[in-house]
Amino acid sequence: MSIMEYNGGSVVAMAGKDCVAIASDLRLGNQALTIATNFEKVFPVTERIMLGMAGLATDVLTLRDRFRFRVNMYTIKEEREIEPETFAHLVSSTLYERRFGPYFIEPVIAGLGKGTNKPFIASTDVIGCINFAKDFVVAGTATDKLFGVAESLWEPDLEPEDLFETISQTLMNAVDRDAFSGWGAVVHIITPEKVITRHLKARMD
Amino acid sequence: MEVSFAITGKGYVILAADQNAARSIIKMKADEDKIKALGSHLLMAYSGEPGDTVQFAEYVERNLRLQQMRNNHPLRPQAAASWVRRSIADSLRSRSPYAVNILLGGYDMANKQAKLYWMDYLGTQVDVPFAAHGYGSYFALSLLDREVQKRLVISFPSFKVKVVDEGGVREVELDMTV
Repeated sequence: MSIMEYNGGSVVAMAGKDCVAIASDLRLGNQALTIATNFEKVFPVTERIMLGMAGLATDVLTLRDRFRFRVNMYTIKEEREIEPETFAHLVSSTLYERRFGPYFIEPVIAGLGKGTNKPFIASTDVIGCINFAKDFVVAGTATDKLFGVAESLWEPDLEPEDLFETISQTLMNAVDRDAFSGWGAVVHIITPEKVITRHLKARMD
Repeated sequence: MEVSFAITGKGYVILAADQNAARSIIKMKADEDKIKALGSHLLMAYSGEPGDTVQFAEYVERNLRLQQMRNNHPLRPQAAASWVRRSIADSLRSRSPYAVNILLGGYDMANKQAKLYWMDYLGTQVDVPFAAHGYGSYFALSLLDREVQKRLVISFPSFKVKVVDEGGVREVELDMTV
């Protein structure tokens, strides 16, 4: 029994043309027993940054609160909104603080750069080693499946609606092959104007 | 070998918990109350490590009471649940963590809504329409997924059942002969 697979769940993020998408499943389990099918793992950080977390559910909630606190402190001190790159390093250092007793979380960060609208996606491991990617990043119990599907579906410079289709198909087809993920999904598309959030009708078995 | 259940309905939450206090193969008590009223419109069913359960439940009870006296207003179910979760999560990474699983049901007087929170000893929290802890959850969750529940195939002789709705907290007698 791995602590990373105790609650189940998966997250994926993809970069498009002047937009990024981040999506997660909705399952919360206790090993093989499904407790709830409304457990969202993606949270807004600013108007144009979102953070997804896969792993131990208690740490998902604790870190959600912790990041909210730290981002608020940053905003007050700096008198400006945090940038995606900066936020990625904030996530990294928060996790590395617990180097020898980690939070059991693999975070996925998606956001748009200020002014430039440059798509930014990144993920880290449980101790905060950052993986910057220009295509897509994945985390959770369906990681291996997500990599496979994303690798074949993703292409560069997708428009928001096409990116939505790509990330939705990637997530759904991956989690349907994973017993610990699934039971519904939620997708967020971050564009320069707004964030579009959609709940997907997925397999519920 | 403990079990607790909870279901939300329109304007109410109903909680049930078994009444056994057992250690290993010995049953010491069959009339234990494992559902605490944390306020006029808040109920908490607790189970887990003997000792930790009552200790933690009383800690929560007194702290929420203090909160109410200080602010002249009780915490809403959502806020109370967050406080309880945080207490469990902080305790988890301490030297001696509480091993307590909780079902927190409340009626929110502000927006006239019944709320139910499922929490485990790790500090996992989720807002659900129905919930269960213990071996009973394997039966109950699948049964409740079908939306009707006709019987609970568990041999606990009695259950303590409490409801919280707009009128507050009350106890109901459960006829176990059905």
